[in-house]
Amino acid sequence: MEKEILLTTVQDKLKAQFGEVLISSELLYDYPVFTIKSDSICDVVRFLYNDEELAFQYLTTLAGLHYPNNRGHELGVMYQLHNLPKNLRIRIKIFFSINHPVVPTITPVFSAANWMERQEFDFFGIIFSGHPNLKRILNMEDMTYHPMRKEYPLEDGTREDKDDKMFGR
Amino acid sequence: MSTIVKSSIDIVSAPQGIEGPGFFATRIDKVVGMARANSLWPLPFATSCCGIEFMATMASTYDLGRFGAERLSFSPRQADLLMVMGTIAKKMGPVLRQVYEQMAEPKWVLSMGACASSGGIFDTYSVLQGIDRIIPVDVYVPGCPPRPEQVLDGILQIQKLVENESIRRRDTPEYKQMLAKYGME
Repeated sequence: MEKEILLTTVQDKLKAQFGEVLISSELLYDYPVFTIKSDSICDVVRFLYNDEELAFQYLTTLAGLHYPNNRGHELGVMYQLHNLPKNLRIRIKIFFSINHPVVPTITPVFSAANWMERQEFDFFGIIFSGHPNLKRILNMEDMTYHPMRKEYPLEDGTREDKDDKMFGR
Repeated sequence: MSTIVKSSIDIVSAPQGIEGPGFFATRIDKVVGMARANSLWPLPFATSCCGIEFMATMASTYDLGRFGAERLSFSPRQADLLMVMGTIAKKMGPVLRQVYEQMAEPKWVLSMGACASSGGIFDTYSVLQGIDRIIPVDVYVPGCPPRPEQVLDGILQIQKLVENESIRRRDTPEYKQMLAKYGME
């Protein structure tokens, strides 16, 4: 299936099934990208999973996003879905406010999302409602912040031997 | 008949003492120190590329066995020397500390490479900025990674420490104070 046809097919199917769920869709570097409303992510993923023609039954990856200047929609999650038999790939994005970072989990559809969603909770503080075990996965459990958010520095704050003069900062 | 050629390999010379026909008298701590220094059992705690360099140190070209340390102990309970080689993430910190606590006295620690000694290039929230924040360290080997010669030099430094320390170092007030600083006893 050509990329353009895939783009319009998914557009039409989502419109027919959910109405106004699609916010935008485009072909980005040869990759169909759909931005949808964050509340309906689980329903959309389940629909794409069960649809006989599209059958996106493999979750390639899932990642958190943070755009601090995108007021009201600072945080996001990106999902990459794959149809293995036909080798079709699409990307779905959702955006939501950093003040209320709660989105539905997709673990009922993809068990593989369990650890991925835990990672995004760990690094971005995104709360996946309905997740069976939402706790930190990679960082120390006593960590008090979500380190991949842009407002936090990369460096370890406890070092005393780093002189800014020597490091040109 | 072939003549027996004297080996050119140096072996450890006897400590200072009084020698006579049929006896040799010296101090017990000298003998114990010599024995300990030349039969160290290292525990390799290798987490990254320094561990690869350590493998070269163990292999035939550099051969740590020449210094009596070829017997690696993969159980902390039989190990004398903890060799920390590689980046220690903060999440690995409690594991490393437990390994150290499981080792029996007397014990020494060698920190190999920039990451184990100071965090190295990983100045980031997830990496421990030097293992001396959680366990005491005797010898630091700099480098990224250090060459096997440097590791051997570090082992020789450890051997010097082992030879010259009191045989019951753990009873000294300085040692207890040092452990207390790390919240151990």
